[in-house]
Parts: sequence; C-alpha cells; structure tokens
Amino acid sequence: MSFINYSSREINCKIVYYGPGLCGKTTNLQYVYAKTNPDAKGKMISLATETERTLFFDFLPLSLGEIRGFKTRFHLYTVPGQVFYDASRKLILKGVDGVVFVADSQIERMEANLESVENLRVNLAEQGYNLDKIPYVVQYNKRDLPNIATVEELHRLINPRNVPEFQAVAPTGVGVFDTLKAVAKLVLTELKKGG
Amino acid sequence: MNSGLVMYEEEFRLIAGICDRLTRDANAKVVFLVDKNGQLIASSGQAQNLDTTSLASLTAGNVAAMGGLAKLIGEKEFPNQFHEGERESLHMSIVAGRVVLVVIFDAKSSLGLVRLRVKKAGEELAKVFEALAKKQATPGAQSPFAEITDDDIDNLFSE
Repeated sequence: MSFINYSSREINCKIVYYGPGLCGKTTNLQYVYAKTNPDAKGKMISLATETERTLFFDFLPLSLGEIRGFKTRFHLYTVPGQVFYDASRKLILKGVDGVVFVADSQIERMEANLESVENLRVNLAEQGYNLDKIPYVVQYNKRDLPNIATVEELHRLINPRNVPEFQAVAPTGVGVFDTLKAVAKLVLTELKKGG
Repeated sequence: MNSGLVMYEEEFRLIAGICDRLTRDANAKVVFLVDKNGQLIASSGQAQNLDTTSLASLTAGNVAAMGGLAKLIGEKEFPNQFHEGERESLHMSIVAGRVVLVVIFDAKSSLGLVRLRVKKAGEELAKVFEALAKKQATPGAQSPFAEITDDDIDNLFSE
C-alpha cells in the first residue's frame, strides 16, 4: 500500500521478494545494497538466524529519484523462505505494492518453486490481493549452476501469467537491477492508474 | 486493490503538532508515528540521530508479529506494548487501527505518565486519521499520480 505524502513530497512503495528457501532473495537485496550510492539508500536490516537464514525479513530502503517533484522511495523486503515460517511471510505481505518471485533454477528445486508460488497466491489472497493482478515480476536465479531447468520450462511452470521475467546470478548481480527496475516500473504504472 | 495512505499538508501539520505536544507533555525523548505497513509518518523530539526509516520498519514488523500472536490466543490485537530497557524504554500503541504511535523515553519520564499522555494524543490522532480517510474517500479525489506519464517513469530509470 503506497504512502503519498504531500507534506514532504514523497511517495513510498513496498516491494516484497518472495520465493523458496535459499533461492537468493536476501542475496538480491545485498547486491542492490552494495551497488547503490550511499545517499540513495538507508541501512539494510536483516533479521536472521545465527546461520544467516532469514528469520523474519530483510529490509532495504532505496530512493530512486524524483517524479514531478515527488521523491520516490521503495522499501524492499524479503520473506523467510523456509516452509515453516508461513505466519511471518503473511505479515510481510501486508501493504505490498509489488512482488518479485525469485525462483531457484535448479531442477531439484522445481517442486519448492511451485509450492512457493502457490503459497504466495494463497497468502496474497488472504490480504485481499490477487496474484494475477498485482504488479509482479519473476526472476530465474542461479543461472550459473549446473543442472538447471531451461528458461522455457521455468516459464511454463512458474510464469503462466507471462509477466516480465529475468535470468539472474544474484551474487554477481546479473539480472538483479533489471528485476528491480521492472517491478518498480510496474508499481509506479499501477499508481498512475490510481490503484 | 487496497488504496494507499495519502497525507496532506493540513493533516500533517495537525499530526506533527500532536506529536510535538506529546513529546513535551510526556517528557519523552522521541515520539514517532508509523503506518502499520512500516512507513514513517511523523517524528518529534531528538530524532536527528536515529535511523527513523529502520525504526519505522521494525516497529511495523513488531506490531505485525504481536498482532499475529494476539490472534493465535484469540485476541484481536495488543493495542499497547511496553519494552523496558536499561536506560531507555519504548511504548507503542495502535491508533485508529492503522497507525502506531511510538514513544521513546528515559528516567526523566515514567510509564504511567507516558500511558496517560499517549491515551489523549491517541484520541486526537484518531480524529485526524478519520478525517483523512473521509477526504480520501471523497468522490473525485483521484490519484495524485494520475497525470504522470510513461515517460516520467522511464526517465526515473534512465542511467
């Protein structure tokens, strides 16, 4: 749910990175954080376990520049991917403006991807959102690993809505900013429509 | 889709005034008001050295988690929370069902005083947010972003 502040002339939007455990959601945010100018970003917060698994969420505030005198700020969140953290995932989706689904391209993770998309659909619906309507992009991550599914196969399984999709290698940044820009653009376009 | 929160100059001034008064009346160090989704709405007091964006996001996360816990035990929510630190303490209270009023205070104040003042400020804030909701629901109150063009959006992403 965007927040438009006429007083400070700011517009704030919330983007959530969703996907199965260990698919690279946090790595996406870490790369964005590492490559963004210090004046365009705030502190990155990671609520993680001792073994660096996301426990509740990661959070990264970003400024993208101005549109018609309004500063545009995006708050990026990740959800914990592990199946048993479902209650926390639901909470993070509250007030979301756009979703990035990060899929793990490895063939052995295909079932986890599908389960996570389905979980996303159900949890969004609980908050009154429809996965078929919300600003949404898909990222096929880990393209550098052996034993990965083809993009065609991933598209068929994960992206029947045919939303913008990107191949990525999050640790080296391949596809990371393309994904972010695409979802930010969809969110702003939705806002323009008065969503 | 749910419509977002829109803050206008007039209501913002009222809100900032209420937060300033609460800071004084409660002898608080900092007061801030956060949207339940983690957006900072206003802050007052010694907020300069604080990372208010992070504070806002973590406040919302905390309130959301406690709200989830409340539902598990059959409560609607926990409208007030108090966290006591060695030197500084934190009081959070949900206002008008959609924003969180946070007060940070030290030994110069007390939980009793903070509670008392928060209650009054909360009532005043609730009225402002009611008026805001009405203003937003007025027919003809179109999206302030309706006039932006695709080019405006594209320009934002041109290197």
